[in-house]
Amino acid sequence: MVDAVGVTLSAGAFAVVYGLAARTAGFSLVDAMAMSTLVLAGASQFAAVGLIAAGAAWPAIVLLTFLLNARHLLYSAALAPWFRGRPLIERAAAAHVLTDETFALALIHFRRLGRFEGPGYWLAASFVVVPWITATALGYMGGQVIPDPARLGLDIVFPAAMGGLAVGLVTGRREAVAALAGLLIGVAVALAAQPSVGVVAGGLLGPLVGLLPPDRERLTQVRAYPL
Amino acid sequence: MTFGFVPLAVLMALVTYPSRAVALVAPGLERLPGWALAYLRLVGPAVLAALAAVNVLVVTNAGGRLSLHVGLEPVAVVVGVAIVAWRRNLFLGILAAVVVTATARAIGFAPLP
Repeated sequence: MVDAVGVTLSAGAFAVVYGLAARTAGFSLVDAMAMSTLVLAGASQFAAVGLIAAGAAWPAIVLLTFLLNARHLLYSAALAPWFRGRPLIERAAAAHVLTDETFALALIHFRRLGRFEGPGYWLAASFVVVPWITATALGYMGGQVIPDPARLGLDIVFPAAMGGLAVGLVTGRREAVAALAGLLIGVAVALAAQPSVGVVAGGLLGPLVGLLPPDRERLTQVRAYPL
Repeated sequence: MTFGFVPLAVLMALVTYPSRAVALVAPGLERLPGWALAYLRLVGPAVLAALAAVNVLVVTNAGGRLSLHVGLEPVAVVVGVAIVAWRRNLFLGILAAVVVTATARAIGFAPLP
């Protein structure tokens, strides 16, 4: 639950800034809320707002959205074994709320339990979706009275949350090697290509490096935090 | 009130949903061989670490070029991650990273991004 508070804080802080940025870019409240509800992916929403403000064409924004959100394929594949045997409608619905944070919280929760648990997944998603959508509206309507988020250090919330959640998934040598390799590969490829490509490359290639050491020193099966 | 960007939101959702759904809804993908499951088990820590690192270490400068950022932000994230690893408390780690960042910027030790 303590993890969820951190994730809620992260999602809420980002959504406030997004709401304010959307308003500045000329979005209506309905536009901003529609994007938060339908797309539900912070990086691509920020990029869209920035590109709209810069006068970019819609096809370019849609293409960038696809590239930025391609990493969700990794999340989907990693969670698929846990969803084995669940109804198709449940899996299809679960996919819509599969964000960075939902993935991390749900995976930690499933590993702790050693099995899939539907309410746990939806609770994890609600810790992201609810603050994301409500804080979008708050940011749109009142964001201008909030001091500069960077001055408050709120821009660091997302990377700190992602790094902390990665630590929560490290339960052995292989996970540690995969995380370190993902980090290094991700940064190197991001510098050579694009940040979104770097994240996908780190997520794809890091696990391959992680498979190299023998899997014999698993620290504990239940080191992750309770949801 | 206008709804001019709602169709754009729909288009963005249409290209986002498949990457979220394809492995979850495709038949047979949930019954994978052992090596594939071992690989997928490592995707979480790898992709989240990459996401955090790219977010603070890669910046776009004024000329639009990507460059490595060495400064307060990576240090703040490392402090936060270290506290999470030590105390097993994500909220505490995030709070520490925010306090380090806000304090350093307030006293002029680090510039605003």
